[in-house]
Amino acid sequence: MAMTKNIMIVGVGGQGTLLTSRIIGKAALSEGCDVKISEVHGMAQRGGSVVTFVRFGEKVNEPVVEEGQADVIISFERLEAQRYAHFLKKDGVLVVNDCRIDPITVVIGAKTYPENIIEELKKEHEVYAIDGQRIAIELGNSKVLNSVVLGYAASFIGFDKQTWLNTVASTVPAKTIEINEKAFLAGYNAEH
Amino acid sequence: MSKKTIMLGNEAIARGAFEAGVKLSSAYPGTPSTEISEYLAKYEEVYTEWAPNEKVAAEVAIGASISGVRSLACMKHVGLNVASDPLYTFSYTGVNGGAVIVVADDPGLASSQNEQDTRMIARAAHVPVLEPSDSQEAKDFVKYGYELSEKYDTPVILRTTTKLAHSQSTVELCDRVEVEDKEYSRNLSKYVMMPASAIGRHLVVEDREKRMANDAAEFPVNKLEINDKKIGFITCGIAYQYVKEVCPNASILKFGLVNPISKKLVEDFVNQVETVYVFEELEPVIEEQVRAWGFDVKGKDLFTRQGEYSANMLRRVLFGADDAVFEKKEAPARPPILCPGCPHRSVFSVLNKLKIHASGDIGCYTLGAVAPLSVIDTTICMGASISALHGMEKGRGKDFIKNWVAVIGDSTFLHTGINSLINMVYNKATGTVMILDNRTTGMTGHQEHAATGKTLKGEDTYAIDLAALCRTVGVKNVIEVNSFDVKKLEEVVKASVNGDELTVIIAKSPCVLLKGQKFPNVCKVDPDTCRKCGACMKIGCPAMTRGEDGKVKIDATMCNGCGLCQNYCKFGAIKTVER
Repeated sequence: MAMTKNIMIVGVGGQGTLLTSRIIGKAALSEGCDVKISEVHGMAQRGGSVVTFVRFGEKVNEPVVEEGQADVIISFERLEAQRYAHFLKKDGVLVVNDCRIDPITVVIGAKTYPENIIEELKKEHEVYAIDGQRIAIELGNSKVLNSVVLGYAASFIGFDKQTWLNTVASTVPAKTIEINEKAFLAGYNAEH
Repeated sequence: MSKKTIMLGNEAIARGAFEAGVKLSSAYPGTPSTEISEYLAKYEEVYTEWAPNEKVAAEVAIGASISGVRSLACMKHVGLNVASDPLYTFSYTGVNGGAVIVVADDPGLASSQNEQDTRMIARAAHVPVLEPSDSQEAKDFVKYGYELSEKYDTPVILRTTTKLAHSQSTVELCDRVEVEDKEYSRNLSKYVMMPASAIGRHLVVEDREKRMANDAAEFPVNKLEINDKKIGFITCGIAYQYVKEVCPNASILKFGLVNPISKKLVEDFVNQVETVYVFEELEPVIEEQVRAWGFDVKGKDLFTRQGEYSANMLRRVLFGADDAVFEKKEAPARPPILCPGCPHRSVFSVLNKLKIHASGDIGCYTLGAVAPLSVIDTTICMGASISALHGMEKGRGKDFIKNWVAVIGDSTFLHTGINSLINMVYNKATGTVMILDNRTTGMTGHQEHAATGKTLKGEDTYAIDLAALCRTVGVKNVIEVNSFDVKKLEEVVKASVNGDELTVIIAKSPCVLLKGQKFPNVCKVDPDTCRKCGACMKIGCPAMTRGEDGKVKIDATMCNGCGLCQNYCKFGAIKTVER
């Protein structure tokens, strides 16, 4: 185990970013790493921008990832990818769930939602985009979006496939293990 | 048993209390302290409860301690203000069974109305404070807190901050140790704080603090790490982690007991290390003491009193640059908002239409201050909405508040709002108080309270009838109305603010996020009828957007089918359909 790995999960309150960070943290723990996860609670739950951090390695000190340090950012929404892209390391990877959720500032017409976010981000960063919502719906449950996106990002984070599948199975509710495993694999095997 | 697992700071605090043999915990929810009680409630061995406010919670813990058992009270930093009355005197009486009060500070204001530093209150009350820097320490320090509490006959504060409370790190679990109940014996000079006894106890407090400060050099929670002697940091809590991140080879004096601090440790450290920085979030509590002892250190001249610290912030100060590689890109802000289907939105849409100002309070409904609802004018602290409205009336006369109401949530009303309402009745007020009753403590994540009919442990209990309570204290005009009945709401608000009788309007509808809420319907815009006028958008519902053709669209996955938007469409373009 060499350097500490820094992962950020960003999205909009209610998208299930917290569960994703817990699965990554548990996977790292099962591999014998020291792990820290940091969550944002409180007012940010109410439809605001939400960030969680996972750091793992031999010994982890601070619980958050700061500007210029993220190895991988998983963004569950395009605008949030734009908001936090500057947290990436020079060669960091940005994984984006290609969906648009308008913030209230756009809804009331005070701001406009930026065009071509992913194309613009690709000019500076290594970006992988996936329509996780569509895949989740095709699998028959829009709630497994998390697992699709996590599966899509998994190879950039590390660990082998079985470690991921075991962790997903031990974290999600028992009734949903099968569909979450399917969703994870759909993301894992999707074209990158 | 020894098992390694990953735990939230707050979960580790609960675990520590469990392992320490705590028998009772009382608390009022408050970010970032709430989860402690929720985790602790899962342990059958520990009696846990939600109290109506932090003063009550602290007093319950005091009673349990005097009776001879280990007890806990939990609150956020501003909650300690409410509980500071018992705290100051509890410091005098000391304990029988050990007592720990967890206080969670919120530097950076993730969800608070100020950034106060609990160590300042603790110093004023002469109560020792422990501050952990990760989940393992959170658990260990709680247990150590009970040892200190019983050894030195004092309540102990465990101070946490948002980052610690809401971060997860690895924790080694131990078994619970059942602690034998201490014998209770009547002791007027210790437990009855009338002047004759309190004079004596004040001397005890002063002596205790001196003894602790002397002994602290040997306490295992304080750590002296001597490495590179050119640069050193005196630090505590989460700030320690940032130092380790940026300067892994620096010398560090890490205080686990942050009040009182050990002068001997400071002396040893400063005499060995060339340049010493005091790196502590919020107030310069350690720094001022160190400077007062005559040591030359750097501190708040370089590091702010505001917000959360970070490793990059330390890098910028020490090296003039941080780790950032890329420029930050502009992105439209995504502030927190009321959820789709939130009953508060309905109430605020009516107040906005009537151009009414609201004296506000603490809860989700504080979000009614911002555009497009723009109704709340003031937010101070729990309960202040009602008393501040009363002050406006008595200051400027009753005509001044003809376009004002006070708005307060059900949980907040029971916390301290009721006192303010009694004051209005007693002093012949004519104002309008609106209790936004969503059947839960919403903002902190849905905790039960005295009017929900359930305890923290999930047992059924008596549910206080808010309307009956208001009538009992003497409010003649108490009107209950469904929060989504905008017609009726408009009618009663108009009549009430224009009248000369103190009125309480209880707007009732459960929080949409409450478990068990069902939403079989969604709202749908008929594009052929929509005239693009945007009147429906003025309620600021996040499920509504405009399509490229300018017509309003409703996101069916977000909409909870409350139908509020329908009230604001003159053309009948919004229909409710089955999901």
